[in-house]
Amino acid sequence: MKNAIGVEIPEYIEGLGKLEPFQGVWKSIIEDEVPSTNISRTLKAKKPHVSKLCKNLEEAIKRCNPFNGMTVTCHHHLRGGDGVLMQTIKILDEMGIKDITLASSSLTSAHDGLVSYVEKGMITRIFTSGIRGALGDTISVGKLKYPAIIHSHGGRVRDFLTGRIKPDLSVLAASSADEEGNATGAHGPSAFGSMGYADIDARYSRNVIIVTDNLVEYPCVPSTIRQHFIDYVVKVDSIGDATKIASGTTRITNSPMDLRIARIAATVIEHSGLFKNGMSFQVGAGGASLAVAKFLREDMKRKGIIGSFMIGGVTSYGVDMLNEGLFHSIFDVQSFDAAVSTSVLNNPNHIEISCDQYANPNNCGSMTNKLDVVVLGALEVDVDFNVNVITGASGEIRGASGGHSDTASGANLTVVVCPAFRGRLPIVKDRVHTVVTPGESVDVIVTERGVCVNPSKPNLAAALKKAGLNVVDIRDLKEEVEGMTGVPAEKQLGDKIVALVEYRDGTIIDVIYNVENLSQ
Amino acid sequence: MTPKFKAQAGTFESSDIMILIEPLEKDSGRKVDISSTVILQFEEDIKTTINQVLDKLQVVDLHLIAKDKGALTQTIEARVETAVKRSLGIQEGTM
Amino acid sequence: MLYIPGNNPAMIQQAGVYGCDAVLLDLEDAVALNQKDAARILVRNMLQTVNFYETEVCVRVNNFHTPFGLSDLEEIVPLQPDNIRFPKTETVADVKEFMKEVRRIEKEHGIKNPTMSIHVMIETAKGVANVYDIAAADSRIDAITIGGQDLTADMGIIKTPDGVGIDYARKRIVMAGKANGLDVLDTIFADVNDDEGLREETEYIKKIGFAGKALINPRQVDVVHEVFNPTENEVRKAYRVYSEYIKNKKAGIGVFAIDGKMIDAPVVQRAITVLEYAKIDLKEIEKNAVSF
Repeated sequence: MKNAIGVEIPEYIEGLGKLEPFQGVWKSIIEDEVPSTNISRTLKAKKPHVSKLCKNLEEAIKRCNPFNGMTVTCHHHLRGGDGVLMQTIKILDEMGIKDITLASSSLTSAHDGLVSYVEKGMITRIFTSGIRGALGDTISVGKLKYPAIIHSHGGRVRDFLTGRIKPDLSVLAASSADEEGNATGAHGPSAFGSMGYADIDARYSRNVIIVTDNLVEYPCVPSTIRQHFIDYVVKVDSIGDATKIASGTTRITNSPMDLRIARIAATVIEHSGLFKNGMSFQVGAGGASLAVAKFLREDMKRKGIIGSFMIGGVTSYGVDMLNEGLFHSIFDVQSFDAAVSTSVLNNPNHIEISCDQYANPNNCGSMTNKLDVVVLGALEVDVDFNVNVITGASGEIRGASGGHSDTASGANLTVVVCPAFRGRLPIVKDRVHTVVTPGESVDVIVTERGVCVNPSKPNLAAALKKAGLNVVDIRDLKEEVEGMTGVPAEKQLGDKIVALVEYRDGTIIDVIYNVENLSQ
Repeated sequence: MTPKFKAQAGTFESSDIMILIEPLEKDSGRKVDISSTVILQFEEDIKTTINQVLDKLQVVDLHLIAKDKGALTQTIEARVETAVKRSLGIQEGTM
Repeated sequence: MLYIPGNNPAMIQQAGVYGCDAVLLDLEDAVALNQKDAARILVRNMLQTVNFYETEVCVRVNNFHTPFGLSDLEEIVPLQPDNIRFPKTETVADVKEFMKEVRRIEKEHGIKNPTMSIHVMIETAKGVANVYDIAAADSRIDAITIGGQDLTADMGIIKTPDGVGIDYARKRIVMAGKANGLDVLDTIFADVNDDEGLREETEYIKKIGFAGKALINPRQVDVVHEVFNPTENEVRKAYRVYSEYIKNKKAGIGVFAIDGKMIDAPVVQRAITVLEYAKIDLKEIEKNAVSF
């Protein structure tokens, strides 16, 4: 069956069940009231004054009675420094547990070690918002038994609540915790800030283990994760590589090209009609996307604009803007550097939120639905404004869906920033290799060689033209770029489905086939 | 024309291509080896560009090694031309 | 005007996107002696293929007295970039010799109406001494530039942040340029991380009469534009002056007053300059200015 963007979606996939095709950004969310399935919280009980402390992670996992075919979840707040997920899988493997479904909120370079577990069939299913590096290559060539499911951050919450993901064991790292499992990422030597993604695992998993390198006297305050959801607590020497978990402050890029694109994007925002007091705003954490914040900051100061709130992955740059009074508050689902942790802890206007509140399409108060402006990156865009943030030049999986489609669907103005070409590879395509965010929810694409406005927004295009911006037809831009770079050869793809891209409402928006050759 | 000297042109920077030329005996033909960060997308394109420049400059007997980092066509043409001219001893340059 | 090393394909292919008024593709000081041939061929190819959009393109060739100068001209002149820059100009004879070759090459390539203008660069004490004559040496010269780095080296002094050592040269070159109706462009500012220093220097050179500044990094574009672009207030004032001027002109009045201040020809001329910097169409104002 074909979905709304013309992708052939199989009706059924062995090991994953029936699939629903994507019908449009708001189709299944507005027209159906709530998803028909809805899981309830796991009932748990514990006798008075019994300790939850286990002497190591192995003992805690044993007490959770692991079984073949179980679903294991982790969060990715430790980013490239995470040491907990790999430790968990290693222990389960040593116990002889097989046929694991891994449902980590995202997977990073710290998880390249999963390759061998995928290859030997110990991990057979993966649900996640991002896959990179060697693991991405392994899945791309077809070594995972069942196709991986790439969901958005909001979609993951929905997957938990509908039972698409049924977590049996959640092992959650914390930078401080107490013996009852009250836990936080905001303080302690390995502080990493918000625990927004982990909140949902703690609430809905059958067994929850808190792992910390900093066991504090009871009670651990302030805390994000609360004791009445937690089964066991483990004190370890290290939850990962501190230098990669959270260090220092995030710097704005020095790349003249990224800065140029960001400058244009900020001008787009300034003339969008949304640049006024009370504006809410989200940017990505790096490259041109984050650099937009630099120019927006200058523009806000120049024009005396005070914004309402910032959300999302938060960097120290956002914190600086909060402290300067340019925004009233920050809602923080994920923190990107050490300076942010301090702010989460100390600033009452810097509010830690769960991913549920951040982006879940099936609740009545997602922050993404209150968003005015979001600036997002892209690996590729196409003439229909679809965005790929998951597959690379050879069609290999190497990115993250994250909150991309969530924020794009909710924001009044979705700006995608990307160079017109990278190296010799054109970024504007007839069709992106993989659609993560549908063009229906993308308003403007900003490149160094022109600003493309979605034809569904003619008034915006007129306003930007009037402001002197170089507004171009996206097809003309594509032609110009291909005139410089040449037209790349077709990708060599197999016929095996290696991953499915799940839109935030749970429908399937795109299918990723195996690649025959990977780039150097 | 026949290359007389070993020669190189270009850099290993992004958007550039490094061309190495080694002279071969007369009538041994043209040997072109390419590696590239965009080999999957542009292998044929790069090969065609290099051969067109060599044809235009009428050089046949040589071994050309190209290490490409996503150079555009006009850059590839410039680097091949420079390397050939250097190998012919027409222009001064490195090596 | 952004300086771009002539042997750097990554930078040349992006030269047109940074929003600067002009780029200089450099075959001279930014290219190592053993890469002069490579840069010349690369720039020649790029000039024919890259879209520089609205950005003016200038090529700085090597000085005629080096082994590379003539070869540079042979490759570049036939392509007629917007302008060609002749570095280390010291005497009228330099200009004559250089222009003789330029005209010969143009003739050989059948270029009857050359569009390329000439920039001369003054980078030595001798050049500064002769600058009045150099500026008037050929009708195709339309801009003159000071090269601060080479000039301080030639003078045996160190370039200080206050620029005191080259201050006389700057002012003398400006005057020579203005006397001949040329644009006068300032030297580079070397510290790309010092936005404030760049701003101060740019404000200063604007005050003494330079029309633009050389940049070595696209990150410097915004600061220089902020200094040279008139403020909203200045534009508004200029708009009013010009608009009133047109109305009065239509009524046959040459000198008039706005808010009690006399407006005469030089004030109007200044207003026009401001409006031109702000890229405001004078014809639009003329159309809208209804006579009383």
